[in-house]
Amino acid sequence: MLLRLAPAATLAVLAGPVVLGLAFTVLPAFGFLPALGGTTFALDPWRGLLAAPGLSTALTLTVGTGLATTLLALALAAGLCAAVAHRPGMARLQRLMVPLLASPPSGLALGFAFLVMPSGWLVRLVSPWATGWAVPPAGLVTVGDPLGISLVAALLIKEVPYLTLMLFAASATVPVERLMAAARALGRDAATAWVSVVFPQLYRQVRLPVFAVLAFSMSVVDVAIIVGPTNPPPLAVLATRWFLGYDLAYFHTAAAAATLQLVLVALAILLWLALERPVAALGRRWLARGSRSRAAGGAAGVAGAVAALLILLGLLSLLAMLVWSLAGSWRFPAALPDSWQLWLWRGEAGDAAALASTSAGIGLAAVAVALVLTLACLENEQRHGLHPGAAVQWLVYLPLIVPQIAFLFGVQVLLVRAGLDGTPLAVVWAHLVFVLPFVFLSLADAYRALDPRYAMTAAAMGAGRWQVFLTVKLPLLARPILIAAAVGFAVSIAQYLPTLFAGAGRVATLTTEAVTLSSGGDRRILGLVAVLQAALPLAAYGLALALPFLAFRRFRGMA
Amino acid sequence: MNRSIALALAAGLSALATFLGPPAGADEAKEAWQDILAAARGQSVYFNAWAGDPQTNAFITWVGELARERYGIDVRHVKLADTAEAVTRIVAEKAAGRETGGSVDLVWINGPNLLSLKEKGLLFGPFVEKLPNWRHVDRTKPSNLTDFTIPVEGYAAPWRMAQVVFLYDSARTPPASLPGTIPAFLDWARAHAGRLTHPHPRDFLGATFLKQALVELAPDPAVLQQPASEETFAMATAPLWAWYDALRPHLWRGGEDFPATGTAQLSMLADGEIALAISFNPADAAVGIRKGTLPQTARVHVLDAGTIGNTSFVAIPFNAAHKEAAMVLANLLMSPEVQARAQDPATIGAFTVLDLASLSEAERARFTPPADAVGLPDNAALGTPLPEPHPSWMTRLVAEWERRYTR
Repeated sequence: MLLRLAPAATLAVLAGPVVLGLAFTVLPAFGFLPALGGTTFALDPWRGLLAAPGLSTALTLTVGTGLATTLLALALAAGLCAAVAHRPGMARLQRLMVPLLASPPSGLALGFAFLVMPSGWLVRLVSPWATGWAVPPAGLVTVGDPLGISLVAALLIKEVPYLTLMLFAASATVPVERLMAAARALGRDAATAWVSVVFPQLYRQVRLPVFAVLAFSMSVVDVAIIVGPTNPPPLAVLATRWFLGYDLAYFHTAAAAATLQLVLVALAILLWLALERPVAALGRRWLARGSRSRAAGGAAGVAGAVAALLILLGLLSLLAMLVWSLAGSWRFPAALPDSWQLWLWRGEAGDAAALASTSAGIGLAAVAVALVLTLACLENEQRHGLHPGAAVQWLVYLPLIVPQIAFLFGVQVLLVRAGLDGTPLAVVWAHLVFVLPFVFLSLADAYRALDPRYAMTAAAMGAGRWQVFLTVKLPLLARPILIAAAVGFAVSIAQYLPTLFAGAGRVATLTTEAVTLSSGGDRRILGLVAVLQAALPLAAYGLALALPFLAFRRFRGMA
Repeated sequence: MNRSIALALAAGLSALATFLGPPAGADEAKEAWQDILAAARGQSVYFNAWAGDPQTNAFITWVGELARERYGIDVRHVKLADTAEAVTRIVAEKAAGRETGGSVDLVWINGPNLLSLKEKGLLFGPFVEKLPNWRHVDRTKPSNLTDFTIPVEGYAAPWRMAQVVFLYDSARTPPASLPGTIPAFLDWARAHAGRLTHPHPRDFLGATFLKQALVELAPDPAVLQQPASEETFAMATAPLWAWYDALRPHLWRGGEDFPATGTAQLSMLADGEIALAISFNPADAAVGIRKGTLPQTARVHVLDAGTIGNTSFVAIPFNAAHKEAAMVLANLLMSPEVQARAQDPATIGAFTVLDLASLSEAERARFTPPADAVGLPDNAALGTPLPEPHPSWMTRLVAEWERRYTR
């Protein structure tokens, strides 16, 4: 009975913020925002936007880097899985990826920027003895290149591990070993077997995460500011620049840009969907030919190697930030800091514990609510054969697509109206708006793909529906559930603007402290902050990956 | 020329300020202030202020302790990465119809953000003349009364000075080689290809770079104090664009890309990627040396004809929940004790808004820079700050720059 209310409850929690958030994005785009004196509808904001210099470059950049990141992230993650499928190295690689998963995207991007810039670590390591450079080379273009290559690379460092993790979570519900054995029996090498037989099954389950990657890479602001080009930047940065600009008159243009951003992401997803079919058809033809060519295996090997290189770069980026947090001064071309200090860590240690407990409390609350709602919705869907309408699905995912600053303006208005702003409850609610979509999309496909025969068998043996849910489904899905929870927790920990807006600046978390301190640009502090921010999600991911092995050993053969 | 306009303007404005001063007697003003102090006791004040470095945060904590001891008010520092976050929150509260009990009590705010709020009627005031320490504020500094040519009219209390300087490392770039005028930047950039840049003009400091050039290159700088029109803009900026077209190919990345923010530009200087960086804090070199982000040899450079200066203010939003405590804190920020400490490069190195001549000798002595302060310019080196142009110039400059150089 209660279960039937789950979709309604989810909507009730999300609809208010999402609808108002959207309204306050779209209405000002058409000139309507009474607080700033806009009381009639007009197309001026759109004229302003279309006349913005460099808009077409910005759009190309947004779509180009978004699609490139998504395609490459999927290919590399798949290549990585294929290359190490059924090799013991897999587990080790997974452990290596956990710090990358746990780090805030901006922290990783800062580390990556420091790694590759002309005055960065890589150049420092070989200067001046090999390069002759006593000052950084002026002609070298790395970070902020006009094509956005470094932006794509920085995003990949974050997204390849994410999709690899999603593939890994999904593989819990697919009989990987049997499929592999069958394909191997047909004479395929392991990598080819994985690509041709396992991947198509897994792809269906990671489709939503793939869209999340697409939406994220097209709408990301902080990473794009750090490593993207500036003149013009991608659309989401343009929108944020106008929203936060010193001239309130740009608020409307900013809203139009945010609306366009939304349309653009939707179009990109539709384009992806449209291309799925022909690509799948090609794949089937290749499979049907039964070729024993090792090209696929070779390609997977290359992809796996590139992915491993990216992970290495990511870990070096993190290491760079850690070293910076301990550096006194570190000038070009020294390969290591000229002097070291501990005062930064000592100074922050007192505050950090209190901030971390607030952050963890908010994160746990948001994740708990998100998990209950997601599981209830999915279970309800299975029991009653209901499928959520496309409109509802889009509603859930909207918060991930619209630039946060536009969206949160509406959320803020809602919270002020309800007299809730400045309370922890409001912060949890605001986080939930961003956590729930991630938990849902991390879990939904795996939940739907769980072999129904397990439940049927249990039911046939007399187990009630709840008993089946609690004793069969939950343990079998423990891995994806815990991973979804960890993803949700990491998302919550990283929220800056939602915390600031819903908390009216009165709820301080690790991330509010981190982001505000980062605005000073002192790389030592940026390093400290990146490490602090990564710590909590790191613990969460560690638990999520370790717990199923410890708690559900007896189920091992089934997953 | 510039300077005489500024001085004339300052004299006129201070006369105006005296004229507009409270007609009530001194006793009455004192009584009113006692009432405000009484009402403020026990209030919390949510001070929304940029929190980009531990020094600034520690300074605000220190002021908060002072406020608690002396006035029984509880200062809560709402840490911002960007002042616009507070502005957006105030606008959102207005949109939601919250006319009282607002979440922002006091906000550290600069020129255009301040003017935006004032123009939209989102500020409380005028309140500044009720503050006892207002009498110490230097009213011959035009920017304390007039922000970007727009009279502040008591809607915001000045608390620190900002002035354009150029940061450099004297060990790498001999001071004598630095350009003393805007036209001289051309030769300097040519000789140091790729070692000069400026933040993207959508960033406040980037726009200031263009304004600084404009102030020196405009045929008649007086027009900059009036709202820009099509004609005056075209006429005044023609030399600027000619200069910039010649300069741009020699900038970092050939002038195709720019650091996104002022802080990004400063890290490029610290990393040695560029050799000269614009800044708005004359104490930036001294503070950077103290913090260890800049080498001991970092210095600031001021142009021969002077540089643009302005004032940072604190303002109270229209719906602030604790206006009295906010006023008490604003007053405390203008006190000689707090101003002197702020000016020390070991804290935040914020140049004072006070008229040192109005202080007692003991108070004045606090402002003497510490003997070990390295890289701090003296007032003579800074010269009289040039006035900011009317805000319409910045809006148009940025738009025109993008039209020309963003592809």
